[in-house]
Amino acid sequence: MADISANFLGIKSPNPFWLASAPPTDKKFNVLRAFEAGWGGVVWKTLGSQVKNVSSRYSSVDFNGSRMMGFNNIELISDRPLEINLLEIRECIREFPDRAMIVSLMADNTKEAWHELIKKVEDTGAHGFELNFGCPHGMTERGMGASVGQDPEIARMVVEWVMEAATIPVITKLTPNVHSVVPTGTAAVEAGTNALSLINTIQSVTGIDLDTFVANPNVGGHSAFGGYCGPAVKPIALKMLTTLSQNALTKIVPISGIGGVSTWKDAVEFMLLGASNVQVCTAAMKYGFRIIEDLCEGLNNWMDEKQFKTIYDFIGKSVPSITSWEELDINYHIVANIDQDKCIHCGLCYIACEDTSHQSISLDFGKPYNTYTIKEEECVGCNLCKLVCPVDSCITMVEQRKGDEYLNWKEYQRKGLPLNDH
Amino acid sequence: MAIINNRLNPEQYSNNFNDIHPPFETKDAALVEANRCLFCYDAPCIKSCPTSINVPKFIKQISTDNIKGSAHTIFSSNIIGGGCSKVCPVEKLCEGACVYNLMEEEPINIAKLQRYSTEKAIKEKWPLFQRKASTGKKVAVIGAGPAGLSCAHVLSREGVDITIFEKESKGGGLMTYGIAAYKVTPEFCEDEVNYITSIGGIEIKYNQELGKDISLAELQQQYDSVYLGIGVGLARQLEIQGEELQGVEDAITFIYDIRTKGYSNVAVGDKVAVIGMGMTAIDAATQAMRLGAKEVTLIYRRTQAEMPCTEVELNIAKLDGCNIIWLATPKEIIGVNGKVTQLVCSIIQLGEPDASGRRSPVESGETFTMDIDMVIKAAGQMPFEELVTNTQLGNSKGKITIDNTCQTNIKGVFAGGDCVNGGKEVVDAVQAGKEGAAAILEYIQLS
Repeated sequence: MADISANFLGIKSPNPFWLASAPPTDKKFNVLRAFEAGWGGVVWKTLGSQVKNVSSRYSSVDFNGSRMMGFNNIELISDRPLEINLLEIRECIREFPDRAMIVSLMADNTKEAWHELIKKVEDTGAHGFELNFGCPHGMTERGMGASVGQDPEIARMVVEWVMEAATIPVITKLTPNVHSVVPTGTAAVEAGTNALSLINTIQSVTGIDLDTFVANPNVGGHSAFGGYCGPAVKPIALKMLTTLSQNALTKIVPISGIGGVSTWKDAVEFMLLGASNVQVCTAAMKYGFRIIEDLCEGLNNWMDEKQFKTIYDFIGKSVPSITSWEELDINYHIVANIDQDKCIHCGLCYIACEDTSHQSISLDFGKPYNTYTIKEEECVGCNLCKLVCPVDSCITMVEQRKGDEYLNWKEYQRKGLPLNDH
Repeated sequence: MAIINNRLNPEQYSNNFNDIHPPFETKDAALVEANRCLFCYDAPCIKSCPTSINVPKFIKQISTDNIKGSAHTIFSSNIIGGGCSKVCPVEKLCEGACVYNLMEEEPINIAKLQRYSTEKAIKEKWPLFQRKASTGKKVAVIGAGPAGLSCAHVLSREGVDITIFEKESKGGGLMTYGIAAYKVTPEFCEDEVNYITSIGGIEIKYNQELGKDISLAELQQQYDSVYLGIGVGLARQLEIQGEELQGVEDAITFIYDIRTKGYSNVAVGDKVAVIGMGMTAIDAATQAMRLGAKEVTLIYRRTQAEMPCTEVELNIAKLDGCNIIWLATPKEIIGVNGKVTQLVCSIIQLGEPDASGRRSPVESGETFTMDIDMVIKAAGQMPFEELVTNTQLGNSKGKITIDNTCQTNIKGVFAGGDCVNGGKEVVDAVQAGKEGAAAILEYIQLS
């Protein structure tokens, strides 16, 4: 059995799965249930400025009959009194001392407010802080949340205030509502943050009710931009994570990966791209805390299969696989192959290629089943047919190099090699 | 043993004749199934439907909440798409071709999804088709069954005024009179006929029988063209001794009675033998059981490999508790005091393939005898040979002969459906009606 325990900035947890700062972590009742279920840690829902939340708060995007492919919220930070939160945090730590307790913070925009909040929370015995520079709705209207994270210099200033007072590790959580997370990430690292986490939610409108004409979620006939998360945002989060993992400055601090983690596979992908652990929210909000069981078991079995003894044996392993486009080898060429024994004759590969790609699949009409075959000389190796094929391993991409040597685009131009003629 | 009616109480009848393929209970249930559909290109299900319904499109339309569009897609190809969703042997048509079968996965429940959209359209009376302004052309259609209705609807859309002459008192043909009641109710058939004619320009005259109340010659004079969709309907005789005994009935009459008289008024024996293994034989056997017969035995002269009904149909009979005897044929019906008491059967061996390509049944010389009190003959249906011949229609053993424009030997008289093909599925008749309408439009110069 592999060891899936994690040590994030000295904060230990039996597994690398924390619940992200969100409704599932806003009170003792939920957090104790999460710990009982087996979660490695929690990031307590953001404390700080006083707010009052509205009703309703969430909306989602369904896809082909599957619920909550993407999830959106307009809930602000905790609207419970600070003292109750602090008391409950203390009790949770006492009952589960082996779990990580991180507290998310978003104080009013003064040094004094931050220092006062840090002092009060440290008194609970919490193991670390996460600075909420990412909340994209509501708090931004007060110059907080994403408004801080979107301006590297403001972020730098706030992190500096925090680092003056904090005696426990500090994680700075970044907003994805920027053209690049690197400027704020580097500013935070330069200001002394001990770690980074990303992504927070993406500003969004999930949809419109076609009967009432009001956007979702409906709050008395109006809506507001919300924060988008869930499986739909994972690819965006992975990309942003990679930019931090590849930046000379930001890669020196640990990163907690967030954004659509629903399964152990998602978690592994985040870790392969440099996340030291992951945080989960939407998947738990959809299915409850019991999903932790398969998160741990799946990770463990995969690590055993790959013979990784600890998570540190593979964290960051895939970072070098992502390079700039100009470095890619133009001589690498693949063509599709259809396994006729597995083919179910649905024609999806054919129509996708014929209408929208390179007309590389031939069709022989049959009743009722047509036969589809690849025109190898036409195939550019785009993968589209393989992606739309509903049968596992029916379409495979076979390597047929155009040349033995590595050849990138710069070299290609320098040599004056020909462009496609069709 | 006796042949008696009223064997069950109303609740038992109601349970026994309940819808065998219930609809989706909820929209969500339909969506789960609709979302399974892969949306195949040049889909095998379309090619396996005699009317070429664009199945992936109508299913996609269910999943996008476009039920009106979905119903329109179905009805554009098959105006009896509602009825067909209940009576089609989909296991050998669309669902049988679904690519999920090749994945060893349950095929998409196409019939049930088709029912979902069409039932809604019929119930809500959605006007999905607009009839063109009347052209003044008039066409007579004989028979308000699937072929006739289908033909009439296409013609009406093009502005032709249609009069349908129907010998029964209700429309729907075989749908209304010849199919098991647990598949499609008389009420549904009536709603469907009303929905089809709601386009306007179609008048149905009931209780008008060709050769009795109306003559082809008259219709030819009064109308620009005539379409014959008169179906088949005479039961094939066994031509054995004892066939005249009380208790020997043909399946068509038996089912007709169930559809018209009310369950409790139809008499059935204690021990019933049903001769044949086609869809009608199954419908007769299962309904005999459901009317309260104690024992029903289906007797077929060949084996399961050659049976005309589908395996799904056979399984209905088996689940209803019907016995099956393969490789046997009735030789003699024995009676006491004019009433059936026993059936003598010859044991069959299969010989060389016959004209149908199936191995021909050969009597072995051995026999067995069964105690029974009722025989239902379902050994095939015969065309109305006498009527057809008396009307001077070209025919082959009663099946009306048509050319490749669906025209009979009489100019301007077209035909299609069972009366031409000898008896196929409802959906085949619908397609024949469409083709006939297209040919008539050309003939009367509207296309």
